[in-house]
Amino acid sequence: MTETPLLEARGVGKRFPGVQALQDMHIELRRGEVLALVGENGAGKSTLMKLLSGIYTPDEGEFFLDGKPLVVSGPRDALEKGISIIHQEFNLMPDLTVAQNIFIGREPRAGRFFLGDRALEAQAAELLDRLHMPLTPRERVGDLTVAKQQMVEIAKALSYEPRILIMDEPTAALNDAEVRTLHDLIRRFIGPETGVIYISHRMDELKRISDRITVIRDGRYIDTLDTATTTMPEVISRMVGREIVGDFRPEGVRPDRPVVLKVRGLTTKDLLKDVSFELREGEILGFAGLMGAGRTEVARALVGADPIESGTIELRGQPVRITSPAEAAEHRIGYLSEDRKNLGLLLEQDVNANIGLSSIRERFQRWGFVKDKAMRARSRELVESLRIRTPSIDQTTKFLSGGNQQKVVIAKWLVKDCDILIFDEPTRGIDVGAKEEIYRLLNELAAQGKSIIMISSELPEVLRMSHRIVVMSEGRVTGQLEAAEATQEKVMHFATMRPETEAVS
Amino acid sequence: MTTPTATEEQQKSVSTGVRDTLRAGLQQFLAFASLIVIFAFFSVVSPNFFNYGNVTNILFSTVVIGTLALGTTFVIITGGIDLSIGTGMALCAVMSGVLIVNAGIPLPIGVLGAILFGGLIGLVNGLNVAVLKLPPFIATLAMMLVAQGLALVISDSAPIYFDQTPAYIDISIGSIIPGTNFPNAVLILALAAVIAGVLLNKTVLGRYTYSIGSNEEATALSGIDVRRWKIVIYTLAGLFTGLAGVMISARLGSAQPATGMGYELQAIAAVVIGGTSLSGGKGSIVGTVIGALIISVLNNGLQIMSIPQEWQNVILGCVILLAVYADRARKGATA
Repeated sequence: MTETPLLEARGVGKRFPGVQALQDMHIELRRGEVLALVGENGAGKSTLMKLLSGIYTPDEGEFFLDGKPLVVSGPRDALEKGISIIHQEFNLMPDLTVAQNIFIGREPRAGRFFLGDRALEAQAAELLDRLHMPLTPRERVGDLTVAKQQMVEIAKALSYEPRILIMDEPTAALNDAEVRTLHDLIRRFIGPETGVIYISHRMDELKRISDRITVIRDGRYIDTLDTATTTMPEVISRMVGREIVGDFRPEGVRPDRPVVLKVRGLTTKDLLKDVSFELREGEILGFAGLMGAGRTEVARALVGADPIESGTIELRGQPVRITSPAEAAEHRIGYLSEDRKNLGLLLEQDVNANIGLSSIRERFQRWGFVKDKAMRARSRELVESLRIRTPSIDQTTKFLSGGNQQKVVIAKWLVKDCDILIFDEPTRGIDVGAKEEIYRLLNELAAQGKSIIMISSELPEVLRMSHRIVVMSEGRVTGQLEAAEATQEKVMHFATMRPETEAVS
Repeated sequence: MTTPTATEEQQKSVSTGVRDTLRAGLQQFLAFASLIVIFAFFSVVSPNFFNYGNVTNILFSTVVIGTLALGTTFVIITGGIDLSIGTGMALCAVMSGVLIVNAGIPLPIGVLGAILFGGLIGLVNGLNVAVLKLPPFIATLAMMLVAQGLALVISDSAPIYFDQTPAYIDISIGSIIPGTNFPNAVLILALAAVIAGVLLNKTVLGRYTYSIGSNEEATALSGIDVRRWKIVIYTLAGLFTGLAGVMISARLGSAQPATGMGYELQAIAAVVIGGTSLSGGKGSIVGTVIGALIISVLNNGLQIMSIPQEWQNVILGCVILLAVYADRARKGATA
């Protein structure tokens, strides 16, 4: 292969005060390929993206486009040079329409200053049609589902007619059908003069979409593998620097335990219809389903965050009415939101403050004064027992990695002595190594007799962890599976089932 | 081949278009309906309320708050705030007096100078916010104090009277509509509102104003020079401040250096009552005009009913709470 690569990074390095974020980085994107870029959180992927979009400038090394040195001065410059980047966080304006979002900064004008909105909408309609996207130009982006917002991002990126498309975790919020649509789009985009850099944590996807996989770790280039001839355990072992044995099965499944939580006919105004299930002591109950099936809504209704229309909840045989998360906590039910950063943690506060936060009133105060010593002692204990990697309990939480932040949230609920813990997407955005630790922790908690509801969109995770699996679709429970009988196929069967037909039979 | 789907899409597009218009309309309709209700209420309880003289009065008293509110609507839609518009207005009024009365500069140039001086205040705010990255609240709070101090320094703490330049006073009080005493100030406010409306809805500036307020980082990543546009937006608010300074001093016949404090909050109140969100991204000029009208109708009506000033403030405060609460409730209903 003597052809010059489309995009190349040679020996690129970037330092921040106290951290070497990237060191001697090599990337080679060939024409017509999808290059997957994988690495644990903090491996340097985001830094690389920011260098390519001109937000940072490299301290060492160079980028090459078509073999010529490439210097990017800013996001606009990157776009003009044919590099479109879809960042991990949504970069849309929710208050603007689809068309306005796609053409922001390049809106057709009448004169220098006035907008040509009719032309704008026509261009957007033409683009969306060409990309086969079921979107309308005048819809407000904030009203769209996450998957459709993602499409808007992609439409926007492609509207620049880039030669290089870089996607950072594009499927983190998508269900399987949506992922397939995305992959179709990528395949249509790929041509003899274009290339895609695809960053993902989802190993199964890489096999389906990528041609080669570049692994980076701790800001360094590790290896590049041909997807066709490599195996996922090989990729993962390079990512984490050790071999992870796949295909675990759930531990400690014991169907004879007493029922702690019994939910009957749970119905809410918006979505849930007649949801019933039981949770046993020491059990990990998995909730599977596609995005929007109503799993998070079940959790929110359970802890009183959303009002219930009808249905009953029994705790250890006693009927209870829970109307707020505070009441749920009094009943020792904890909900660990999927949206850790917004709903689960005070990122600007230290680890100690976060761990103690929800228990200060019952545990760590006397006459309104915080019992600092007791709280710190308990925090230290938990940091140790959960193996939270932090220099001290005084570290500001936002500087912890995703996995360790998740552990802080768990610690917070353990201080409260919750015995029913609802985990919503506990490993979202967490790298492979940290996932293992969260899994170990969930198993330990269950072994101690805590009852766990685990909502997850990753099937392998559900299968590996759950003692039993509740599958939902369109607001109803469509199936319940024991660990021994559960397979990916069975879960998907129930998850894609139209509940109406189920209800008839 | 794609014709059927295209038509389908178009139909859907039309229907969502209508829905969006209705929704945006609802927000303004609520404010407008409240205005009508309040107006009807005063008309019923007080015989002196609904007549040409008093309605003109109400419109006239809307001018200063309204003009300030127009400019600050842009700033608030970006998610910012401008606390310097009240005392900035007083400073511009003083500048107008210094230029026209003290320096004897021809009236049109003096007026233009005062307005541009407002723009300069806004420019400094914009630089502080966009370049030095100061929080808008702090940057404009500081400017509020600076402007008040400068107004007093420049004028030697004494009002400047426009007795010798009646043409200046006519900018506000005179009437170019023959045979009436309908004040020019109201016409100028109407014109300013139209200009603001066009800027916000039909120009690139307006689009980026919404865009920045909706998601500033995303706007920057889309290759838009957010810094530059923020500077432009704060400068624009400053120009409206300058205009308000001219209008208020023309109306009073004097530039009062010690006034201005408190106007900024009334203007912000008008913007908020008009349905513009303080967290940015949403808002409209029509709403702001209605908001300003609600405030002056309330002030006027309560005065006519001889309700003491203290209670007028209590009622205005409650109206602001109600407006924001109604906005929340509406959002809750659609979500």
